[in-house]
Amino acid sequence: MKASTFGARRARTAWYLLSASLAVLALVAGYPLIRTIGLSFTHTNILQYPLTSTPAGFQNFVQVVHDPAWWRSVQNTVVFTVFSVSIETVFGLGVAMLVNTNLRIKGVMRAAMLTPWAILTVVSAQMWRWMYNDVFGVLNDILKRLHIIHTSISWLTEPAIALPAVIAVDVWKTTPFMALLLLAGLQTIPGELYEAAVVDGSSKWQQFVRITFPLLRPALLVALIFRTLDALRVFDVIYVMTGTVPSTMSMSVYARQQLVDFGKLGYGSAVTILILLIIGIFTAAYMVSLRVEVD
Amino acid sequence: MKKKTAGFYVNWVVIRVLMLVLFIYLVFPFFWAISSSLKSQTQLFETPTVYWPSHPRWKNYLEVFTIQPFAHNLLNSAVVAGFTTLVALAIGSFAAYALGKYRFRGKRPVYYTILGVSVFPQISILGGMFTLVRAIGIYNTWWALILSYMIFTLPFTIWILTSFVREIPGELEEAAVMDGASPLRTLWSILLPVMAPGLVTAGLLAFIGAWNEFLFALTFTVDNQSRTVPVAIALFAGSSPHELPWAQIMAASVIVTIPLLVLVLVFQNRIIAGLTAGAVKG
Repeated sequence: MKASTFGARRARTAWYLLSASLAVLALVAGYPLIRTIGLSFTHTNILQYPLTSTPAGFQNFVQVVHDPAWWRSVQNTVVFTVFSVSIETVFGLGVAMLVNTNLRIKGVMRAAMLTPWAILTVVSAQMWRWMYNDVFGVLNDILKRLHIIHTSISWLTEPAIALPAVIAVDVWKTTPFMALLLLAGLQTIPGELYEAAVVDGSSKWQQFVRITFPLLRPALLVALIFRTLDALRVFDVIYVMTGTVPSTMSMSVYARQQLVDFGKLGYGSAVTILILLIIGIFTAAYMVSLRVEVD
Repeated sequence: MKKKTAGFYVNWVVIRVLMLVLFIYLVFPFFWAISSSLKSQTQLFETPTVYWPSHPRWKNYLEVFTIQPFAHNLLNSAVVAGFTTLVALAIGSFAAYALGKYRFRGKRPVYYTILGVSVFPQISILGGMFTLVRAIGIYNTWWALILSYMIFTLPFTIWILTSFVREIPGELEEAAVMDGASPLRTLWSILLPVMAPGLVTAGLLAFIGAWNEFLFALTFTVDNQSRTVPVAIALFAGSSPHELPWAQIMAASVIVTIPLLVLVLVFQNRIIAGLTAGAVKG
């Protein structure tokens, strides 16, 4: 009897403690989400204030799925995500293992690895945009001096090269972060395991396959899924480097262009709801596959 | 037994060469930003490329503040990121206490909701958030950003703090509760002091996140004066529309990067611990 009232009181207190956070989340996530869903079924012009909406039914959604520019942006986003995340993971694992081999230099390397992470996304985008400049950029200059290329490349204006160029910037910015997460994972693997493996006469490759990879798998999986969700909503780096050019436009850039630049609040909202659904499917898969623990 | 073979030395050299290449790759773009920030307009557009200006033009740094309203931008960013962080830490620590130390029905759904919001694509509420910001009448003010930044700082803060609260031995809190201390008192005088490292980590990451934010800042501000640092750096305009003021852009970039870099290097252990705690405990 006493225990249960104590439990009930504790439960009530828990809800009090949570109330401020839940109220804020309801205001900044719940309400705008419901409002966005509502708007997606209307025609609303953002430039006329106060807003006037006329009902649109599913017209916006039908229009989106018939717009080739939307599908181009989906394709760009998928390409961006698949390539940036896989390169960052493989490369990040390599960097983590490399840095893990030499403990004396690790401090310097860790500091160097934190540099791209500490730089604002927008700043790194501008830095690379300047380095990519077709006439005055340092990248063309270096590649010419090394005799890798003979004529300058228009990194950001050549449609076939622009997306890979943007992906390269994301790789530069995010690989070190991935490597740091994996390095933390690597350091938890007991050294005795490798010593035992050496005694048993197993090769470096066998050590990687039998020890490193299985023990690193949980950390690797979480990092991978997080990066995927992050990459699917990419906006800053693409918007700053190439603006709203079709060859690099991501889903988020497309959505904002419709919603703000073209002022189509209803149509733009429909686009963002589709983005939410796409990312939601990935998130659900993540929650299920990892069985997120509460206690 | 300890005989060093040729293979060992090759390995030794290869590893060091790879590390050097990696180091240059990671640091060169920032070096280039510094070098460009000290060049005059003619040096920027000189061929062959000038790798380090013979006469550094420090005036570029001054012009960031005279030609561009960068002081305003810095103030906006500092206030918005600072206030966002404080609010998120204050209300987030209550929530983390509940989630980390209490057992109650509905805890799992609450936890999933918070986790769900933290991976929420911010673009998907842009329309609704815009109408909210207009309706409250905070469009083009700090408040629009502070309010909207809660959507990513708060869940993230709760999440990191919860993982810290969980680590605190249960006896500490139980003893306080048995002594009849109120929940707020228990949180304030027993848990918060122990949570200090968690608060620093969560606060730092929330601040960096808010300082970095671009989409909402771009959409909810309209004039140069009210822009935050990332939006300002993205939209710096030169004297002619065809010519970007690269030296000023790079100078502004260096100005905002150096303090952040120092902060990150000083607190690197904390940050890595926070990120891995968040990632591994999921």
